[in-house]
Amino acid sequence: MSVLDPALALVRLTIPACAECLVEIRAVIRKAAVECGVSKEDAGDIVVAVDEACQNIVRHAYKESSGMIEVSVFCRNERIIVYLRDFAPAVDIAKIKPRPLDDLRPGGLGVHFMRTIMDEVVYLPPPDGIGNLLVLMKRIKA
Amino acid sequence: MTFDMVMKGETALIALGGEIDLQHSPTVRKGLLDCLLEKRGIVVDMAEVAYIDSSGIASLVEAYQAARKNSTYFALAAVSPPALRVLQLARLDKVFTIKASVDEALGEAG
Repeated sequence: MSVLDPALALVRLTIPACAECLVEIRAVIRKAAVECGVSKEDAGDIVVAVDEACQNIVRHAYKESSGMIEVSVFCRNERIIVYLRDFAPAVDIAKIKPRPLDDLRPGGLGVHFMRTIMDEVVYLPPPDGIGNLLVLMKRIKA
Repeated sequence: MTFDMVMKGETALIALGGEIDLQHSPTVRKGLLDCLLEKRGIVVDMAEVAYIDSSGIASLVEAYQAARKNSTYFALAAVSPPALRVLQLARLDKVFTIKASVDEALGEAG
């Protein structure tokens, strides 16, 4: 997957990585998904997936430090593609795993939600080598 | 997010509303666990939950497990479609006791 030019995004948002900021990201993603032609049900699911990805940036990438999240939404070739860029230290992708669902315990569901809802969840090298670039893609049903 | 509790006999009826996300789930977690400390049964009315994320679900799982340890009643009731969808994604719709209405849950709680 090649990196898309954020200048060509349907929507771009740069926002602090904080728990209080997630509500705004969700609203932007829901609106953009509907504009892309995603059904109301799938838009709700995509909001969940992106919200979980942003939570991971807040909780695990930036941890106790502050920083920004750049959100870009692309709508092309009957796909909705969401870029989440942060400027935290590079995450260890090998450590990002969903937990088995039959292991009933609080937490650990975010990665499962992302992978279940989206058709593709991948990390790409950020253009200038700083931070992390997570890409979430879902095909838009006809 | 709203968290409103009223006692119905020996059972705490907790009505959740709005968006239960990373910002608000600690409040939900504390409220539920505080009730369980007093060994009360709990019915969580989720009719007005517009959104719930994994941190909100984690609060419910923790309360569910604490209730089981206490042998106290714990059920979700009137779960809104967006909240039910997230429970289904987590495959927790078959784990939690989920009742169609608050009255049904309170009736079972006794």
